Amino acid sequence: MPRTGRLTTAATLLAAISVLATACTGQSGNAAADDPAKDVTLSFWHGWSAPSEVMAIEENIARFEKAHPNIKVKVTGNMTDDKVNQALRAGGDGAPDVVSSFTTDSVGKFCNSGAFADLNPFLEKSGIDKAKVFPKTLLEYTQFNGNQCTLPLLNDAYGLVYNKTAFAAAGITEPPKTWSRFTEVAQKLTKPKGDSYEQVGLMPTFHGYETKPTRLAAQWGARYFDADGKAGLAKDPAFTKMLTAQKDLVEKLGGYEKLERFRTTFGDEWSAEHPFHRGQVAMQIDGEWRAAMAKEAGVGFEIGTAPLPVPDDQAADYGKGYLSGTIMGIASVGTKQNAAWELVKYMTTDTEAVVAFANAIHNVPSTLAALESPALELTPEFKTFVDIARHPKSSTTPAQADGGTYQLTFEDFAYGAEKGAVADITAGLAKVDQQIDTDIAKAK
Amino acid sequence: MTAAAAPTAAHTAPDGAPDPAARARRRRSALRTAAFMSPWLIGFAVFFAYPLLSTVYFSFTKYDGFRQPVFNGLDNWSYVFTDSPAFWPAMRNTLWLVVVMVGCRVAFGLGIGLLITKIKTGTGIFRTLFYLPYLAPPVAATLAFVFLLNPGTGPVNTVLDAVGLPTPGWFTDPSWSKPALTALALWGVGDLMVIFMAALLDVPKEQYEAAELDGAGSWARFRHITLPNISPIVLFAVVTGVIQAMQYYTQPLVAGKVAAGVIGGSGQQFEPGYPDKSTLTLPQLVYNLGFQRFDYGTACVIALVLFTLSMAFTALLMRRRGGLIGAGE
Repeated sequence: MPRTGRLTTAATLLAAISVLATACTGQSGNAAADDPAKDVTLSFWHGWSAPSEVMAIEENIARFEKAHPNIKVKVTGNMTDDKVNQALRAGGDGAPDVVSSFTTDSVGKFCNSGAFADLNPFLEKSGIDKAKVFPKTLLEYTQFNGNQCTLPLLNDAYGLVYNKTAFAAAGITEPPKTWSRFTEVAQKLTKPKGDSYEQVGLMPTFHGYETKPTRLAAQWGARYFDADGKAGLAKDPAFTKMLTAQKDLVEKLGGYEKLERFRTTFGDEWSAEHPFHRGQVAMQIDGEWRAAMAKEAGVGFEIGTAPLPVPDDQAADYGKGYLSGTIMGIASVGTKQNAAWELVKYMTTDTEAVVAFANAIHNVPSTLAALESPALELTPEFKTFVDIARHPKSSTTPAQADGGTYQLTFEDFAYGAEKGAVADITAGLAKVDQQIDTDIAKAK
Repeated sequence: MTAAAAPTAAHTAPDGAPDPAARARRRRSALRTAAFMSPWLIGFAVFFAYPLLSTVYFSFTKYDGFRQPVFNGLDNWSYVFTDSPAFWPAMRNTLWLVVVMVGCRVAFGLGIGLLITKIKTGTGIFRTLFYLPYLAPPVAATLAFVFLLNPGTGPVNTVLDAVGLPTPGWFTDPSWSKPALTALALWGVGDLMVIFMAALLDVPKEQYEAAELDGAGSWARFRHITLPNISPIVLFAVVTGVIQAMQYYTQPLVAGKVAAGVIGGSGQQFEPGYPDKSTLTLPQLVYNLGFQRFDYGTACVIALVLFTLSMAFTALLMRRRGGLIGAGE
């Protein structure tokens, strides 16, 4: 009897612990029932940290509070995705009501997990036709399977920033439009120094800051998934062609090892010591912010911007580029979702707010009206990126249940391909497809 | 057997049933013991048993931290062992660090401890100099090492180049990244040095004097006197070193990120392990899967693998304890 009793006690304890384990988990799917006209304080977390950016967002919030006197916004900056995720999981008073994140690739995870509330009902309630407000590509990267759990808060367009003075010195009159010309120009601008470089035309390796395989793949018009939603990198020849061209470029500029060693001499991407500012690279694949940052760093050369080159057989599509951007959503655990929607609506759809914020932090606006706004400050360097954002063939990476894991799997493979460690790129991509499908099936 | 049976007989009622008074005394005694132990028992239950059981439970579920966990059998386990592209590289790296880094740290710590105990002048200065790096915060120390070992601009390669030696890529080269991490671990060996110094100073002097009279050389004295006397400390250093290596997270993550040129900013995702997964360790994978990929279930599987490995290593070392202590006992 005592033995049986002990066993029963142990089993009961185990069961209780298991129940506790399941009980101590996050909840989601709160219905929005709060009154947005009542006095309320919202907690808004964002990732910006530079003083100018923080000031810009505070000015934006001040305009919102003036328009909505009953809503106060407590702003917390410099928040990473990890902190945001953990706060949303924990819920409670410490969790934010509204969140913005730079990691566009995480949207699939945010929507799929229910971390962020679906904004479709809010858009409908406010009579907003999202297709008429936001560019199509931006709507693509802010939703997953019809769940519009985020909205775009400004846009990043990727193009080419180049040193006009170095171009002139090398006798190059215009930025390259095709990949073959791009390779020639990069070689022409490269100045060796001993067993290293004084300047490279471009740091082509995929660790070269914003030079990512996904951004180059966009220039080839590559499609990641087939009609059935299965990974199709091996089936789409664009990926093999892009990686082959990349490997060739790396070889022509001195080889992977030599370039990577030179890359280690570069300063921080977000500081004045950026290699483009210091003249270590003559061309940089980057977002719309780079030209403004270079000017703020006081560079001693003229800056030009252009769309990224396209493959020679797609010259007609020159002008397109890869798009992504900051996203904004409402915590599904929040109890002030209607008030939170007022803030999200203001920051993402109000033309004046979007333009003012875009002007302040040198990002591309994220609504169709803001892109056409006369108040948008268009320097010649910045206009290039606005045009890329407007280009009908500009694209993004599709949202997936596993967030951007499929992109990282591809990126991991691309690291090997660019340094010549992959003998058969298409066969390697078939394995990448298999891994992507496994990961997505697991995340669904 | 008779002695053991006697008390039972003494507390048994004439009809063979247990004596109620004796049973009550035993219960009171057990309750008293439990009451005294309750702080530890509560701590053990809340901070060890509950998390461990939860981890086991979650390892059999699909759980993203937002929605309720859903039982999915062995899916996470089979994913980790057969489908995950990161698990086996992380396992190999972790085992490499357990064997090489821990081994080097113990040998180096012991060596420095021996050296310091032999020095006649300036002992205090050397003790301080060797101990200070241990106090450096891991992130700062790692950043300093990545700077020192920068293949393009670092002073180490500048010196190596000046004297005509090869200049490795260190944190940018998959074959040198773990040795570079080991160098960083050796630099911060002050903790082991202090422990070994204390143990070495505790070895009875007369044993050395007797051995010297018998004509024992320095190696024989170390092998037959020093080592047996300090073997419990060596065991302690190895066991705690193995556990630390199993939890090795900050240094490889920071080194990988800085060497890869990823400091943060534009929302880029970063896969730990640069270059070529050579610095990826199991704890990094646990964090990456659980908190960045929202896959708690799979992260829990790897956490359990780590737990089992730590227990196995510790048990193996503890079983050999008698052999290690040898003549010292």
